[in-house]
Amino acid sequence: MRMTRVLGAALLTLGLAAAPAAADSSPSPGASGDADAPTRAGTSFRTATEIEQGQTATANASTGDYLYWSFPADTGQRPTVEATVKLPAEHAAETWQIDVYDGLRRRQACRFGAQTRTAAAGAAQVELACALRTVRGWSEPWDGDPLPGTYYVRLTAVDVPTSALGQPVSAEVRVGSQDAGGAAAVDGSLAQPLVPGAGVTRDDEEESGEEALLASLEPDDGWASGWWSDRWVWTGLGGVLAALAGIGGYALTRGAGRPPRVPPSA
Amino acid sequence: MIIRTRLAAGACALLALLAAGVAFPAGAVADEVSATAPKVDLVLDVSGSMRARDIDGQSRMAAAKQAFNEVLDATPEEVRLGIRTLGANYPGDDRRTGCKDTAQLYPVGPLDRTEAKAAVATLSPTGWTPIGPALLKAAEDLDGGEGSKRIVLISDGEDTCAPLDPCEVAREIAAKGIGLTIDTLGLVPNTKLRQQLSCIAEATGGTFTSVEHTEELTDKVNQLVDRAADPVVTPVATDGADRCEKAPALKSGLYTDREEFGQQRWYRVDVRPGQELRASVSVAADRAVNPSYGVLVRAVTVKGREIVRGEAAGTGRTDVVSAGLRYPKAEADDDEDAPAETVCLQVTHSFSAGAGVKTAPGLPLELTVDVVDGPSPARDVASFGLGRGWWLLGALILAGFLAGLVWGWLSRWRVAVWRTN
Repeated sequence: MRMTRVLGAALLTLGLAAAPAAADSSPSPGASGDADAPTRAGTSFRTATEIEQGQTATANASTGDYLYWSFPADTGQRPTVEATVKLPAEHAAETWQIDVYDGLRRRQACRFGAQTRTAAAGAAQVELACALRTVRGWSEPWDGDPLPGTYYVRLTAVDVPTSALGQPVSAEVRVGSQDAGGAAAVDGSLAQPLVPGAGVTRDDEEESGEEALLASLEPDDGWASGWWSDRWVWTGLGGVLAALAGIGGYALTRGAGRPPRVPPSA
Repeated sequence: MIIRTRLAAGACALLALLAAGVAFPAGAVADEVSATAPKVDLVLDVSGSMRARDIDGQSRMAAAKQAFNEVLDATPEEVRLGIRTLGANYPGDDRRTGCKDTAQLYPVGPLDRTEAKAAVATLSPTGWTPIGPALLKAAEDLDGGEGSKRIVLISDGEDTCAPLDPCEVAREIAAKGIGLTIDTLGLVPNTKLRQQLSCIAEATGGTFTSVEHTEELTDKVNQLVDRAADPVVTPVATDGADRCEKAPALKSGLYTDREEFGQQRWYRVDVRPGQELRASVSVAADRAVNPSYGVLVRAVTVKGREIVRGEAAGTGRTDVVSAGLRYPKAEADDDEDAPAETVCLQVTHSFSAGAGVKTAPGLPLELTVDVVDGPSPARDVASFGLGRGWWLLGALILAGFLAGLVWGWLSRWRVAVWRTN
């Protein structure tokens, strides 16, 4: 009877411990709907249009334009940028590319995804994707790891014949992300996320809502402080299980309580 | 006849202006806003070729007029809009006179829609296509103020006033550091026009669009005017030195500079202990450059030791190449008010000019400097020294079990010892 209770408790705790592991693979919930998604794109880092993760931003532009968007990404996320460019009915073969830059305007590598793709002459659209590395809470200054902060997406035609310059195209950009969970947790954290313009002191009284900022968007629930990871759950449960196992081991060698022949007064 | 109508229109405009002045005496309020108000100058080609009827069955001029009317209706309140024409007045054959033919149709300022529309209605296709001189004048129209400035050039033919290359004119305008963007719209699908207009656009970080329908023209001009109305951070012009000692001291902010081919640019930033320096640099390719390029930004101590560097390289068509670095300066252990360290930032780029391309002025350089509080410390390899995974659980359980075994055995042994005594 007692054995089954112990076993049951152990199974329960094991199940709980497995829960965070299962949660790792679920994608983070999308941001708000596309109702207020931006319908334009910036033309430089300075004028990049801000989008939130989960939003689909659209823009009408011309072949040859450099289109810029920016989005916030936080610790533990694995952002994926997807872009679709709808090309005009008649065009020559042209190559499109997305580049992702971090808040320090350093180009970030794509783990996988068709970052550059050539649309054959007359193709209706071209689809591009770039899956970034995991955003770490901290890295060495000499390192190029993605860090929490603003990310820039640049979409452009990198190889285009002069005859195609200026043709109308429409572009669509989505940013989604997966949560990497505590497996990617590192210790240490940035004093402030890598948001451009973070060091500029502003006069809050003077400026109104229309203030120009290099980047203003934050993740839905603010920037992570960096102390939480599912490692707390793993380690805590490990402690509990170790205690239980300790009790089990003790019971095994110590035997069942005091020997019956020992008088209670002893 | 034409002159007389124009005189009459001018008189009307003057009267309207006076009336506006009387009606809105609160000029002081407007002044404050107008210092940062975005300014847009629409530059319209009114050369003889605009007569051609190839846009939706109507003449190019009619299409442009229709588009202008709709744009004037949709212009946001805060935008100061002006209209300039080129080739509108001189119908003759003298190239020298024809190439000076550019006039301000509607001055850059608060928009009176009726008046602006009336002015546009008077236009009829006439003369030459002096794009270069028109751009120069348009830049003068937009002079002053701190808001964003944009020229929207609408043309149907390449410049007919060589040797003044409009592309170089655009670059020189941009180099004056007044933060001006030129967007171009071509009304004819013609390779030479495309090349010239996209060259003008690229020289200033603008866009080129080829337009074949009136609706496209309206949409695009509206989009560009709206874009001008977006609040953007205006960079501060700075002038980097060729070595650290003479370099300008920068604080947090956004800066622009020019860097010639093969040149070095140095800046200085003061970083106190416990602060973190973040700098990023983009060098824009505003002219035809060879397809391999790079940029290097180094943080160097005053003694010349490199602290950290950011570098980037690329190939192919590009607008900018950018790199960044960050330098967290550790907290001072003993001294509360330890002196700030001067960090020198060195910027070099490895663009090379294409054949026959002018190398002056230098390429535009954009520098962001952020000095934020609090260094970013590293503590442990893992997060707070915590672990995760099944091996961790197994190891903890095993350790706990072994400890329990030993503890149980110990207490049994103690009982046995107690019983024998």
